[in-house]
Amino acid sequence: MSLTIEEIGKRLGEYEGEEIRIMEVCGSHTAAIARYGVRSILSPKIRLISGPGCPVCVTPTAYVDRLIELASTPKTAVVSFGDLFRVPGSRYSLSEAKGRGADVRMVYAPMDTLKLAVEEPDTTFIFAAVGFETTAPVYTLMLDEIIGKGIGNVKLLTSLKTMPGVLRWLLDSETKIHGFLAPGHVCAITGSEYFAPLAKEYHKPFAVSGFEAEELLIAIYGLVQMIREGRCSVENFYPSVVSAGANEVAVSQLEKYFRVSAAGWRGFGVVEESGLLLKPEYQQYDAGSAGLFEDRKRNKACSCGEILKGEKTPWDCPLFGKACTPQNPQGACMVSYEGSCLAAFSTGGQN
Amino acid sequence: MDKIIMEHGSGGRATGELIDKIFGDCFANDVLSAMEDAAVVDGSGRIAITTDSFVVTPMEFPGGDIGRLSVCGSVNDLLMRGAVPRYITSGFILEEGADIALLRRIVESMAKTAKEAGVIVVAGDTKVVEGNGGIYINTTGVGFVPDGVDIKASGARQGDAIIASGNMGDHHATILSARMGISNRIESDNAPLVEMVQNLLKSGVQVHVLRDVTRGGLGTVLKELSLASGHQFLVEETKIPVSNQVKDFCGLLGLDPLYMGNEGKLIAIVAKEDEEKALEIIRSARYGADACVIGQVLAPLGEGDATPQNSVIMKTRIGGKRVVDVLLGEGLPRIC
Repeated sequence: MSLTIEEIGKRLGEYEGEEIRIMEVCGSHTAAIARYGVRSILSPKIRLISGPGCPVCVTPTAYVDRLIELASTPKTAVVSFGDLFRVPGSRYSLSEAKGRGADVRMVYAPMDTLKLAVEEPDTTFIFAAVGFETTAPVYTLMLDEIIGKGIGNVKLLTSLKTMPGVLRWLLDSETKIHGFLAPGHVCAITGSEYFAPLAKEYHKPFAVSGFEAEELLIAIYGLVQMIREGRCSVENFYPSVVSAGANEVAVSQLEKYFRVSAAGWRGFGVVEESGLLLKPEYQQYDAGSAGLFEDRKRNKACSCGEILKGEKTPWDCPLFGKACTPQNPQGACMVSYEGSCLAAFSTGGQN
Repeated sequence: MDKIIMEHGSGGRATGELIDKIFGDCFANDVLSAMEDAAVVDGSGRIAITTDSFVVTPMEFPGGDIGRLSVCGSVNDLLMRGAVPRYITSGFILEEGADIALLRRIVESMAKTAKEAGVIVVAGDTKVVEGNGGIYINTTGVGFVPDGVDIKASGARQGDAIIASGNMGDHHATILSARMGISNRIESDNAPLVEMVQNLLKSGVQVHVLRDVTRGGLGTVLKELSLASGHQFLVEETKIPVSNQVKDFCGLLGLDPLYMGNEGKLIAIVAKEDEEKALEIIRSARYGADACVIGQVLAPLGEGDATPQNSVIMKTRIGGKRVVDVLLGEGLPRIC
């Protein structure tokens, strides 16, 4: 039996059973859910909770502080995508540091860093390599170029995270999540079976979703069925892009350059086996990424950690919309459109 | 000599030669060619004045360049108050190393666009600073508002129709593509909307608001206009015109067409009974072929559940309700 999108939307709106709590663990899903008004279609009994899937949101303050320290060093420039610029460190953001004279450059593609490095051979360029399994392969291509062309003045400061480790940590902390919308972009690299061990071990269904309005509704509907029927496996609702197996080329690139490590997550602390660091043989390209765990809140009342865990909604935070706004973010979740607080703020009062 | 050097800004012979050969040649008209300290021009009645600076990078892009942009920007701002644009000024800040052939192309493009828009360049200035070959332009536009015309941001009334004059996001997608080295066939929409606006005003259509949709995109403009008039707006995602190419581009990069900049598009808010007529006029004018009615003006804020917070509502294509706010956080720098 196949249903139209209208029928799926109607059924999700009329759902009257036990409360279902679904966590999306991809920042792009968080942004798309807000953009298409998905919550307004669902029954109040189906709750969508944003997890730790926005790369800049989960970056600890120590990482931002280290970038600022590097950017303030003579003949050293930090290169970053724009979305990291306004993420608060323990004192300043990169944007504020730039205003105070730190050398911070914005690029649209990592490879632009190499152009800068060739144009300004006397400056060391530190690329802020933030991201999940999706973005990490891009940085390996950058390393291929750096090594292949013998470019001596580019290094990476990495803050790379992997999904299964942190989901395991969340599940161990007895979270009340019934099922997960699995990240379509991550699965494009890793394959959907990447999440199968977690589904089995913790008895939670995972639905891999795309990013269009219709794709999200279909995956949410599928996940609700899985939860109600107790099917604790991974189902792929994004088959046009995701297959069961991994993208072998991308995975072998990751294995070539990176090793699995502990990682610091904003609001969570250190989570074992949830990050990637450059292997010892590539240390010369690392600007000191290991051990950047410290996470000091700019404002003690900031609830980003609880929000990323799904324990609180943005509306539960005493700062939300008051002391913490997009113009003056106190926590990282208010900086990026993929952050749950900015997504909530920008779509008004929909809970 | 093919590059700008500091001497071109000295005020001496090199400056004079540059002005004669490029600006004087391209912009030639009686007022400018007199080379007086200030232009003295004709005009009477209510005067509209606007000024805008242009820093776009790259300086030339598919569909336009910084010169065309600098004329369209000021001309369109005048039009949005119902003025007839007449004069513009052009101030150039050139960085050392700027390419003179490029400068010539930019100035020629300005002259051509000014001609299309029916304005003349009556005053100008050139300065040279240290730097890396950049070119920055400021234009000031002057126009005259005919008697009886009263178009302002706060003019929306309950029941009015909201019209978008064409596809959203073309300019933004063009600039971003150029910066990222992505090749596609998207072109900037930068254009002077003189014909469209003049035809609307001549037709007797009750035009309450005109606003060009530039930086910040449609979402930002709608929010500003709804707050200015104190009315709730309702728009429909499926009715907002976006070309298939830009749709694909946005899908690829996770961009939202609602917050992408344009340089030749406007929002017209007109009386409900004139909706069809206004749409037809816009569609038959130059640069208006893709115009659509995208929504309507609802009740005043404070009535029912309409608040400043949810003053712009979008019905999404899956039937969801989205509250539209102004662009938050970082836009694309140096887009115009």
